[in-house]
Amino acid sequence: MKYTLKVNGRPNDVDVDPATPLLFVLSDDLALRGPKFGCGLGQCGACTVISNGQAIRSCITPVSTVATADITTLEGLGTPEKPHPLQQAFIDEQAAQCGFCLSGVILTAKAFLDKNPRATEPQLQQALSGVLCRCYVNARMLKALNRYAKEVSR
Amino acid sequence: MTRLTPDARRALASAGFTRRAFLKGSGALIVTFTSAAVADRFSGVLAQGFNGSGSTQLDSWIAIGQDGIVTAYTGKCDFGQGLYTAQMQLIAEELSVPFSRVRLIQCDTSMTPDQGTTSGQQSHPTNFNKTNLALAAATARETLVRLAATRFGGSASGLVAKDGVITASDGPQSRRVTYAELIGGKKFEVQLDPKAARKHPREWTVLGTAVPRVDMRDMVTGRFEFVHNVRVPGMLHGAVVRPPTVGATVAGVDESSVRGLAGLVKVVLKQNFVGVVAEKPWQAMQAASTLKVNWTAASNALAPQQGIYQQIRMEPSTDTLLVDSGDVDATLKASATVLRATYQHPYQMHGSIGSSCAVADVQGDKATVWSATQSAYPTRNTTAMLLGLKQENVRVIYTRGAGCYGINGADTVSYDAALLSQAVGKPVRVQLSRKDEMAWENYGNLFVIDQRVGLDGSGNIAVWDYEAWSAARGGRPGYNTPGNVVTGSLVGLNPAPFNPRTPAPAPTNPLNNGSNTAPSYITGRVRDSQNGAGTVRSERVLSHRVRSPFFTGPLRAPERLQNTFAHESFMDEIAAHVKADPVAYRLKHLNHPRLSGAIRAAAKAANWQTRPSPRPGLRQTGVASGRGIACVCYEGDNGYVGMVAEVDVDQDTGQVRVTRLVVGQDCGPISNPDGMRNQVEGGALQGISRALGEEVTWDNEKITSVDWRTYHVLPVGFAIPKIEAVLINQPDEEACGTGETSITVVAAAIGNAIFDATGARIRTVPFTPERVKAALAARRSTA
Repeated sequence: MKYTLKVNGRPNDVDVDPATPLLFVLSDDLALRGPKFGCGLGQCGACTVISNGQAIRSCITPVSTVATADITTLEGLGTPEKPHPLQQAFIDEQAAQCGFCLSGVILTAKAFLDKNPRATEPQLQQALSGVLCRCYVNARMLKALNRYAKEVSR
Repeated sequence: MTRLTPDARRALASAGFTRRAFLKGSGALIVTFTSAAVADRFSGVLAQGFNGSGSTQLDSWIAIGQDGIVTAYTGKCDFGQGLYTAQMQLIAEELSVPFSRVRLIQCDTSMTPDQGTTSGQQSHPTNFNKTNLALAAATARETLVRLAATRFGGSASGLVAKDGVITASDGPQSRRVTYAELIGGKKFEVQLDPKAARKHPREWTVLGTAVPRVDMRDMVTGRFEFVHNVRVPGMLHGAVVRPPTVGATVAGVDESSVRGLAGLVKVVLKQNFVGVVAEKPWQAMQAASTLKVNWTAASNALAPQQGIYQQIRMEPSTDTLLVDSGDVDATLKASATVLRATYQHPYQMHGSIGSSCAVADVQGDKATVWSATQSAYPTRNTTAMLLGLKQENVRVIYTRGAGCYGINGADTVSYDAALLSQAVGKPVRVQLSRKDEMAWENYGNLFVIDQRVGLDGSGNIAVWDYEAWSAARGGRPGYNTPGNVVTGSLVGLNPAPFNPRTPAPAPTNPLNNGSNTAPSYITGRVRDSQNGAGTVRSERVLSHRVRSPFFTGPLRAPERLQNTFAHESFMDEIAAHVKADPVAYRLKHLNHPRLSGAIRAAAKAANWQTRPSPRPGLRQTGVASGRGIACVCYEGDNGYVGMVAEVDVDQDTGQVRVTRLVVGQDCGPISNPDGMRNQVEGGALQGISRALGEEVTWDNEKITSVDWRTYHVLPVGFAIPKIEAVLINQPDEEACGTGETSITVVAAAIGNAIFDATGARIRTVPFTPERVKAALAARRSTA
């Protein structure tokens, strides 16, 4: 089945089985590095992308269901030279160790903060209660998110 | 043929040269540079034959290009702990070059020295003291200064090396020469000089500073190349079919069950190893789940998890006596009071967030493996064994995976990829499923530990008696035992043999407390040596190792954490029994200034109130708060920590919330304070997850904790405690490790705080609400 997926603002032609999870299309067909295969079960968040403003788990999302969606991956937010302010906050706080979980943490928080710019810390924690970081950089990640949240609500 | 990924090409190109030819010399790596284009193939990958400490030849460690770029080669890899940046700081500091001019190539068997495995927080002591990478950099600087002296026609004494330039301090301005002018593009051709002087930490300007991680920007913007992102031309995708139960064997594979599946290339069977290869990853996963395999179940059922801590005491065991003063039974008999307690620690898993992945390209008699293994050279050797190839024809290129915290699935999936690639003659990428990762990894060992002390009339410890049983099987494959992980075992290679030995021979070697089997409070006397950190002279440390049905292996703070949980919980029980303050009572039994210093630092920062536990005025209901302390000399002499935990215990639900962690940690001279802080914090929080929730589970035939619903870890969004880390810099000491120190004491510190808050003692990890409630109920029934 042929699709023209809109990823990070650009159209991409792919020809894949409609049941293929979006993650495999992004990471294999489109060679994107942001979304990662963590569990394949929608339990950890490593595969997170933003689809039409919602953080979704691309590992359990059939590509056919997002054929017309506007999809943003971690690399769609910013570049190493010009990171998104949220990514910059993570750089400033050095809020990563292995870095494998970052799509889950950053994109889940981004989608949440876009809708709830004045979220309290407990609300932010609640939003991240289904996201894992096994290096447990939690403390720095929350600092980075608070730093960013302060900037956007200013 | 060996292919380079685009990133590898870029790394080589940016390293200041475009082609490295590897020539066979006198058993050593020889590096040459030409201006030719990047070679896509490495002819003649060389077996270096060095031991785990690397190479004695400077050219194996450091090369300086004509453009002044310094390229260093290390056998210690970064899997997220920040070691890559810290090693670049080391080179910049010791060689007196700007940080921006340093490149680092890590763990590639065709290029870097063989430094064995990156583990056990050994990289800092190994590469940052007076050997290996640090010595190479110091040797290079001194060599350059000598070359400059020769060029200037004077002595080396008046010369100053700074920013890659050597100047004569007493001469005219013209007497300056750059490193590139002295040696650019040429070999040093000198041996590492054990007398080369390292800079004193008090003179550091790059080391000792919080240089940001060089990989951070690429990570947070999704550009960083993990092993999961490696793509080589013509690459196919594999998936494995593991046995459904422990010990099951293949009776047959019905290939017709997958005939006609889209993209399927091949079904591969080798003894009990079953895998499929397809054109795309999703197709491979579909084929693996569709393939019908007839399995013959193992004849024996697994020992029930309920009762496992009793069961392992009955098994045949390999016994080890680390310390035995010979008077323990008599001293116990003569003691005014004898206290005893038993502690239990379950199997826990590494549980990497990314299922393990590797890419292998086996072409004829040569192979290349992109692997997240912590053991590049050992994995090269064992992969060669599995494939029936010569070691020198296998190249392992370390490429980072998800944080591993020890031996996760990285080694075994490297074998999977290599076997499948060999079967199809094309490059194959394999990514394990979550279940395959969790059901078959090498878990951290299960432990049951009996502790006993005798107290004298003043309440001091007169005798300490430790006896433990732990279950183990396999482990790191090392250089020759691929059967230590599941894939090697499935193709018919055995794990390291288990040889029961009872009773243990008397100890003869000085105490090596590498697994923290001995508590900090004993003298550790063996013959004339005394390697313990404490004062207790009547001492016995006896371990029984039994066979585990599951693979086990090093998990962050392996065995050190389990042992320390028992030692530090018990020390707290003893202090409570004699109504002594837990900090003061520890200090009284220690004879180790650095450990005592770490304890004092944590207690001071936590504003520790001196009094016995439990706290006065205990209530039986509602939320109770308390504080606890724990400490350890990690591995005996590889890092020192004291930790104060503060907790809230909901006595109605059994929920424990850690509200504050204060850590005093000493790893010698601090190479990167922010990197150290990140490790201290991450270890402390990971320790909470392991203490409160993590436990491998099984039924009578298989592992049942196979995903994040059945293996309970804390998420990013849990109510994290306030963490304060006091970093104790020791510029006059040697560098020791820091990555595994803080996690080692967390369970004990929390358990002690729960006791302080409630008077209930929990002796089994994890501290689930059910266990906490049971301990609270037991307290009521005895009150």
